Amino acid sequence: MLPIERFRRLDRTGRSEPPPDRPLVTTERQGQRMVLAAVCPLARTLGLHVGMPLTQARALVPGLDIRPAEPEADKTVLMRLALFAARRWTPFAAVDEPDGLWFDISGVAHLFGGERRLCERILRTCRRAGFTARIAVAGATGAAHALARFGAEEIALCPNEKAVERIAALPPQALRIDQEAANACRRFGIDSIGELAAMPREPLARRFGKGLLTRLDQAVGRTAETFDPIVPREAPAAALCFLEPILSAEAIEQVIGDLAAMLARTLEQQGLGARQVKLTCNRVDGDEQRIVIGLVSATRDATHLASLLRMKIEQIEPGFGIEAMRLSAIRSEPLSARQAASLEEVSEAELPSLVDRIANRIGVHRVFQMSSVESDVPERSIHRVSPLAQTVDWPREWRRPVRLLARPEQVDRVIAALPDQPPLRFSWRGETHRIRKADGPERIYGEWWKHSNEADAVRDYFQVEDESGARFWLFRRGDGEDPRTGDLSWYIHGVFG
Amino acid sequence: MQSHSVHPLETLRAQIRAIEASGLTGAAERLPFEVQAVDGKLGGGLVVAALHEITGATSSPGDDAAASLFTGGIAARLKGMVLWVIQRRDLFAPALDQAGLPPSRLLYAECGNDDEVLAVIEEGLRHGSLGGVVGEVGRFTMAAGRRLQLAAETSGTMALLLRRWRKNGADPLALPSSAVTRWRIGCAPSRALPVSGIGRSRWTVELVRQRSGRPAEWILEGVDEAGRLALPADAPDRAVPAARPDRQIRTAA
Repeated sequence: MLPIERFRRLDRTGRSEPPPDRPLVTTERQGQRMVLAAVCPLARTLGLHVGMPLTQARALVPGLDIRPAEPEADKTVLMRLALFAARRWTPFAAVDEPDGLWFDISGVAHLFGGERRLCERILRTCRRAGFTARIAVAGATGAAHALARFGAEEIALCPNEKAVERIAALPPQALRIDQEAANACRRFGIDSIGELAAMPREPLARRFGKGLLTRLDQAVGRTAETFDPIVPREAPAAALCFLEPILSAEAIEQVIGDLAAMLARTLEQQGLGARQVKLTCNRVDGDEQRIVIGLVSATRDATHLASLLRMKIEQIEPGFGIEAMRLSAIRSEPLSARQAASLEEVSEAELPSLVDRIANRIGVHRVFQMSSVESDVPERSIHRVSPLAQTVDWPREWRRPVRLLARPEQVDRVIAALPDQPPLRFSWRGETHRIRKADGPERIYGEWWKHSNEADAVRDYFQVEDESGARFWLFRRGDGEDPRTGDLSWYIHGVFG
Repeated sequence: MQSHSVHPLETLRAQIRAIEASGLTGAAERLPFEVQAVDGKLGGGLVVAALHEITGATSSPGDDAAASLFTGGIAARLKGMVLWVIQRRDLFAPALDQAGLPPSRLLYAECGNDDEVLAVIEEGLRHGSLGGVVGEVGRFTMAAGRRLQLAAETSGTMALLLRRWRKNGADPLALPSSAVTRWRIGCAPSRALPVSGIGRSRWTVELVRQRSGRPAEWILEGVDEAGRLALPADAPDRAVPAARPDRQIRTAA
């Protein structure tokens, strides 16, 4: 089910969307032909099954949604689930390809209120993530595997002593045996694990190979089986504990400096640079104080990190004292060793640290650069970009006002000749301006591809100078001839210097 | 500027200059306006490592815009990145681009109040990697101004405070501050053109105060595409009234 559900999940995030009422299959190449690799429940009710040639499936079900199988992507999702589990539920989690996960829950279940509660919780999480899952808990890996994949219940809890009994009715394939052994079983008329287990071991090994015996032993718990647990990557961190709780800002500052130096060394060893750093202070009374700082570009500069953290030092309330502090890079990215740039580039390279300092003071989104957007409508021609982004210049044909009003304001008492003469007089904010000089019109058309009501809209812009020398940017809605282009009202949009 | 006479008054003046600011003697790096008349009065140009204040001649939007563009022109002629600390969102970047300050050289920080603006300006000044910092600020204390002046002096970064008029109409330059120069920029009628059109704008540029120097006033052509001012080649359309008496009083205060 995993490949199918992964596709269903994808469309929720906005990519290609298989509609839920359309049967979905994935295909893989097998020799010369394409066969079905996974089949959604709807397709299964229509008679499709895994391994069926694609041409046949097409003939059976018209309008089938066919996707190429992506085993690598499936594996990545599985890996992420395993990592999540390793962080959340148990220290020992492993991937069982192609679509299974192993959890070692010995000594863990009681933390979640028992095995059943833990299983319910895992199922709930999977469902929220968009996956159907089945869980079996058993003393032996083989039994758990068999029950989870071939058992009847969604959650199967199997005590050790009942393992043999519970899996007895399941088919031999449930034992993870190879196709050859499974075929041999069928030829001998063996339909269940129970029958296999009841047979004498020696002839069994001779007939079906040693593999089957091992699998059988693993299922009933006669041999132990180990798996490679996934180890979630720990965020690079540095920690210090104190013999005496510290209280003063100076002491905290000192520790921040030490921690930053330690973290910087760790980051350097791993070839990483921090993008977000968290400082945790454990107080004597058990309370935890946290400071998080973000960085506009990856860095492992200890002095820079320390100075950013010191800016927020007043947010730490030491209470009765701090007994331990920990600094971790909660977000980091690869950062190669960099050579000191030439003298002229130095200030360029230092810019990120300034941006960080300002951003941590007033907020990340309030430090920015302006860049050009291709739009003739003046208020849409600028947009904010991240401080270190590449900026684009504006076209320079017409002068632009240094102050642009948030919204164009309507002006009154305008005297202007149609269709293309600048106004002779207008009044704005209670003051009348007599125009001495003017330039224009600069015609700007509405962007009908963005807003349908701008289909015919036209603005005619004029630069005007009044008798005191003040310069304004006025526009008239409409081209002065066709009433569909605007109602000929006048607006002020900006002020030149 | 520097006189070599041994007149006791001159010696005293030199001492006072030395006390007022160590970095302001002839050796300080200056940014010339490249207009002889202006640079002559300023001793060669604006001191780079110092605080300068600019405001509109009146509260009218036209004068405010002229002051903004005047500031943008100075910033454009500085070397390196410029940090522009804003409070209102009406600054229109394409116009600064046309005044010689391309978007790639300009970093914006948007603040909620005067205190935040001052803190960010100081941050920018102390950092030392910027060419200049422009801050749009309404009101600030004498102490805050001194901090900025000190930060500018130590890092060699120019601080330009764009003092915008408030709704209540109080003159931003009414109170003294520790700025090295204070400017008042207003619009002036531009030159009459033989054809219809608008031409280059013209401003009244008033140097209200400068440390160890005299106030002055000019009528100049507005910034060109490289942020430069120019002396008008002819008389303007109409005579601009000479310095108003009320300004004289402020200057003397």
